[in-house]
Amino acid sequence: MNDFYIILTGILVAVSCSILGTFLVLRKMAMVGDAISHAVLPGIVLSFFITGSRESIWMLIGAGLMGVFTTLIIEWLHKKTKLQEDASIGVTFTFLFALGVLLISYFAENIDLDQECVLYGEIAYVPLNTIMLFGLELPKAIVMLAVVLILITAVIFFFYKEWVITTFDAPYAASIGMSTVLWNYILMSMVSFTTVASFESVGAILVVAFLVVPASAAYLITDSLPKTLFFAVLFGIISSVAGYYSASILDVSISGAMATAAGIIFIICFILQWIQKQIHTSPSILQAEEQDV
Amino acid sequence: MKELIRFLLLEDPNVRTVVFGTILLNLSASVVGSFAFLQKKSLSGDAVAHSILPGICMAFIFFQTKSLWVLLPGAFVTGWLSLYLVDLISRHSKLKQDTAIAVVLSVFFAVGIILLTYIQHSGSGAQSGLDSFLFGKAAALLEKDLITYAIISLLVIGVTVFFFKEFMLISFDATYAGSIGLPVRGLQLVLTTLTVIAIVTGIQSVGVVLMSAMLITPAVAARYWTDDLKQLLILAVFFNTIAAIMGAYISYRYPSMPTGPWIVVVISLFAFASILFAPKKGLVYSMYRVFKHKSLILKENILKALYQLGEQDNGFRDTRALNKLLAKRNLPLWQVYPALYRLMFEGYLQHTSKGWALTSEGMERGKRIVRLHRLWEMYLSKNLLLASDHVHDDAETIEHILTPELESRLEKSLNFPEVDPHSSKIPR
Repeated sequence: MNDFYIILTGILVAVSCSILGTFLVLRKMAMVGDAISHAVLPGIVLSFFITGSRESIWMLIGAGLMGVFTTLIIEWLHKKTKLQEDASIGVTFTFLFALGVLLISYFAENIDLDQECVLYGEIAYVPLNTIMLFGLELPKAIVMLAVVLILITAVIFFFYKEWVITTFDAPYAASIGMSTVLWNYILMSMVSFTTVASFESVGAILVVAFLVVPASAAYLITDSLPKTLFFAVLFGIISSVAGYYSASILDVSISGAMATAAGIIFIICFILQWIQKQIHTSPSILQAEEQDV
Repeated sequence: MKELIRFLLLEDPNVRTVVFGTILLNLSASVVGSFAFLQKKSLSGDAVAHSILPGICMAFIFFQTKSLWVLLPGAFVTGWLSLYLVDLISRHSKLKQDTAIAVVLSVFFAVGIILLTYIQHSGSGAQSGLDSFLFGKAAALLEKDLITYAIISLLVIGVTVFFFKEFMLISFDATYAGSIGLPVRGLQLVLTTLTVIAIVTGIQSVGVVLMSAMLITPAVAARYWTDDLKQLLILAVFFNTIAAIMGAYISYRYPSMPTGPWIVVVISLFAFASILFAPKKGLVYSMYRVFKHKSLILKENILKALYQLGEQDNGFRDTRALNKLLAKRNLPLWQVYPALYRLMFEGYLQHTSKGWALTSEGMERGKRIVRLHRLWEMYLSKNLLLASDHVHDDAETIEHILTPELESRLEKSLNFPEVDPHSSKIPR
């Protein structure tokens, strides 16, 4: 049963992250996602300290606010002070992450959070921490991740049209009166929710792998949004399952193995699209040369 | 206070090691980081920092030693590889560079975590201390490591000084550098190599995640104080050194506090303070300039409106009630009041119980604005052949900017006109 819970946790993280990651990659905001997943750390520590619990809804809300706050700082630095975007991202997330680490050291006696857990999580402990729900004994992390996944799926599904338009044609979206800023902030808060829900199991850095890697791999080999979403989710699930079993064979970090499996899928997709490009481009180059002659 | 003095005098040999260590570790990072910042490659440092982890673990697995001369080359190899892969992915697929960075850094880090847990589970016992690369342990530096880091830092800085002109050129104008025959790709390679070396050494002080802060944040802070590259590098090193000393001091006083994150927090505060308060480039100063300019426009518009009221009944210096003024030019009250009083203090207006009147200086200044406005309208309609109903808005903005020299040249080129396109008289 423990195996099942761990794999299920991995799949829930992977599916939520892949869906959001697809939009991050398409909006060219992969590093903003990276920044947010680091920057929510002080939010997590503070709400953990204040409420004293990990599953609290306040923790999700606090982290959501923190995510929006991070986005606001990055945009403020970029637009108002004319600092280039990559530097704005770099300055903001390192500052907030450092603040988070300091808060952990400061509260060290009162909370059981440690730096390693924050960085790469411990998915193997997920089944140990359980909650009674509908007469079933379920791991808390799974309940929280399931809630987040349902929330994300609902928001994406019901506002699919809005997501498509604001992602692919922001000027058009603005011209028909859609607020691209609002949708951007909604996306960023969902990224923060997911980071918080996942951080216990996979940690703050590896969650970036789940956000970006399956989505980029899917984006490489597809050319429509539904297909990209489908393959991103599929790749996420495959890497969770494959990662879990290879980790238990090699006796290494499970979440690390899951992220590495996603990396291998990315390499395969990269080579596939490269071969495809070679096949597609080489005849046309020949034709062009013939025309020149 | 006594503690601070003791700390600053460096009496304790441990303190000496930590202080010099934290300064040395980041010295080269702040120098080459400034170039990375100027080349808009701030985040590739993040990729290198994360990718160092698998290199260090692999070097340890193969050689079973923690000697820096083994671990650092391992780190260097994977750090370099990550940059190569970022370049490969963004050149040969539709993924943008930032996505490529995110993919590479997270996958390399994941591989690093796998190797690290593999080492821990194989339980050779000697592995403890490898995770100092993850979080940075400047406070645990040994004196013999210090010499290694000093050599590396001096090497990086020496090469940077030697190639200073070349690096400057390829950072600001690579095309020009190529056209005068510089080997741009080769120099870029040298600079990238230096960056990787700087990150590899710096990682001991702040750890994987915070390393990119040591590269870019000092440069960001320095950028708001100067436009000169040499000064920028010196300032970046200066900010970095101060932050390192403060970080070392805090963890000296409170041993449970980690040095690395404190250095990052301090240097970030320097950066935010510079962004806000630096003279000339700081946000506060530029907001002040905008405010001053806006209030100048407001004041001139009030003088102009009063002058135009005077034109209607030929009583330029008559006292006008506030509602008459607002009827002529609608402005929000909360802006008008302070502006009116400021004009009074500057001697352009007189205030009585019945309202406001222009002084002779105020009348001259109002006249000049009206004159510039009409001259410009004349110029636009005559020389640019704009219709007379299209010239007003443009004149409305330029009237506050035209200098006396431009004014006389305009008059001359228009042959001293009497009236503007709307047949209003141009005052003299």
